[in-house]
Amino acid sequence: MLARLQSKWAYLAIAALFAFLILIPFDWFLGQYTTLMIFIGIYTIVTAGLCLLMGYTGQVSLGQAAFFGMGAYTSAILSKTYGVNPWLAMFIAAVMTGAFAYIIGYPIFRLKGNYLAMATLGLGLIMWILFRELSQFTGGPDGMSGIPPLSIGGFVFDTSFRRYFLVWFFCLAVLLISQNIVRSRAGRALRAIHGNEAAAESIGISVDQFKVKILVLSAVYASLAGSLFVHHLRFISPQPFDFLASVKLVVMAVIGGLASIWGAIFGAGATRILSDEILLRFGEWDVIIYGLILVLVMIFMPEGLFVRLRELFERLTLWYRQRGVEP
Amino acid sequence: MSSAEFVQYLISGITSGSVYALVGLGFTIIYAVTRIINFAQGEFVMLGGLISFTLFHRGGLPIVPALILAILSAAAIGAAMYLLAIRPSKKASVVSLIIITIGAAIFIRGIAGQELTKEFVRLPSFSGEESISFLGAHVDPQALWIIGTMVVVTIILHLFLNYTMVGKALKACAINPVASSLVGINPKTMALIAFVLAAAIGGIGGVVLAPLTPISYQAGVMLGLKGFVAAAIGGFSSPVAAVAGGLLLGIVENFAVAINWGPFTSAYKDAIALVVLLLILIIRSGKLAEEERAG
Repeated sequence: MLARLQSKWAYLAIAALFAFLILIPFDWFLGQYTTLMIFIGIYTIVTAGLCLLMGYTGQVSLGQAAFFGMGAYTSAILSKTYGVNPWLAMFIAAVMTGAFAYIIGYPIFRLKGNYLAMATLGLGLIMWILFRELSQFTGGPDGMSGIPPLSIGGFVFDTSFRRYFLVWFFCLAVLLISQNIVRSRAGRALRAIHGNEAAAESIGISVDQFKVKILVLSAVYASLAGSLFVHHLRFISPQPFDFLASVKLVVMAVIGGLASIWGAIFGAGATRILSDEILLRFGEWDVIIYGLILVLVMIFMPEGLFVRLRELFERLTLWYRQRGVEP
Repeated sequence: MSSAEFVQYLISGITSGSVYALVGLGFTIIYAVTRIINFAQGEFVMLGGLISFTLFHRGGLPIVPALILAILSAAAIGAAMYLLAIRPSKKASVVSLIIITIGAAIFIRGIAGQELTKEFVRLPSFSGEESISFLGAHVDPQALWIIGTMVVVTIILHLFLNYTMVGKALKACAINPVASSLVGINPKTMALIAFVLAAAIGGIGGVVLAPLTPISYQAGVMLGLKGFVAAAIGGFSSPVAAVAGGLLLGIVENFAVAINWGPFTSAYKDAIALVVLLLILIIRSGKLAEEERAG
């Protein structure tokens, strides 16, 4: 009975969330936040990949912005300089970024912990230097503009209103796919790896292969998000893909809860709202606040803020139920 | 390449290598005692440079007290970082500790940018701007200050670790924290001392570097990474190894840029160091994994 009730509530909650998401970009509702929501959607996609990587395999990546940037730059260069269809460019970008992740995956996962973190940090910075210095392709530090928009047939995604639905379609698709992975045999294997690598190996899980697969998946997510990012802004420069960007992605994953796919929306949302709406008027205080958040969350709730909040919520509902009050 | 050019590149390589060595020393000390890689290590160099500049230019202090105060401030910030961010997270995993030190790094950097200055700053040279001729090369006297400081710091550190009670306790704690705590050495105090030492050495690096190269509040990331490369080349085993690693990196980096062809140009100088980092990590990965298990 309780389980059925719970699932009924869950469906209601999901339906309400969907209705809310669909209504947001209309002017009479929260139309002024359409652009913000587009960025939240894009960063949720990257964060979901990072959550899978960090939360389920226990591996840290301090260079996730590199994959994000690879997707963005490949899309931008192919569609603008070479006139490739943007959808095809997006696909090629995802394949290339995934292939790159696969190639670096095996050597880099021979490292663990501190050394892996440094290696990913180094990789991220190398890519950032390339974005900046290969100016004949990338436009250098000034970037490049005039990137064509995405379109289906004659329907061009040329307004924020239209792009909102495009981005969130991708975002929800990515979250559903991730959720299915987590709940599958592969997800259980990943949790086993996080728990104890040697034990996982001993029951026949190919640890390295799983780690590389998840790295590739997270890279493809980041690449997709990067493509959406440039076709939304129609402009690209190296700045959104620097070291700080990688750290901000880690902040999103940490706030969202490292082992929680739906927390990704919460992490990306809270971080973007904090950056774009609340802290903007205080200059660059956002970086300082992020540093503080990272330290505090890791000291007091290393499993992530969202996970802790959900626990709290569940405890509260349990407490109400015990008193005979149905929510 | 003429011999004068060779000497020129060699000396600038040793100079930047000395700075990397100072950062690498900090990494090695903290890692030896606590098994933590302090991702904020580069920030102490930045702090040394920026604080001394602020005290000298805005505070109007004479140069020597400004330098000493800057080094002491860096050391104090190192202590604060350990006490406020590291010590409260007693049983944190490696990944948590990485995220904590990164958080501390961007926090320190943000405050420095906000409260000190966002400009690139440069201190006056310690002994004039007149360059010295040496085997046909022109050497900035500040370069000699940097190299000399690195040598003196390394010697003092060596003496400290081997001939003083506190230094020996640090070494004991690095070798076996459980056994050393049995003979009355408090690992927490040792960790605090390690952070203070590392931060002070970073600060020293900053104050000697600031007259040669302009430093901004964002300089910490790259300096930290290069110091890490230095310590990694040395295998995090001993201070002398870290110094050798730093010098090697500095020299390789400068000669690679001297080729001035294809990717070997000054635009990719930092990328070259990073490629060296990746190669070293991957080549040594077997041994590093063993250490991590043992540690």
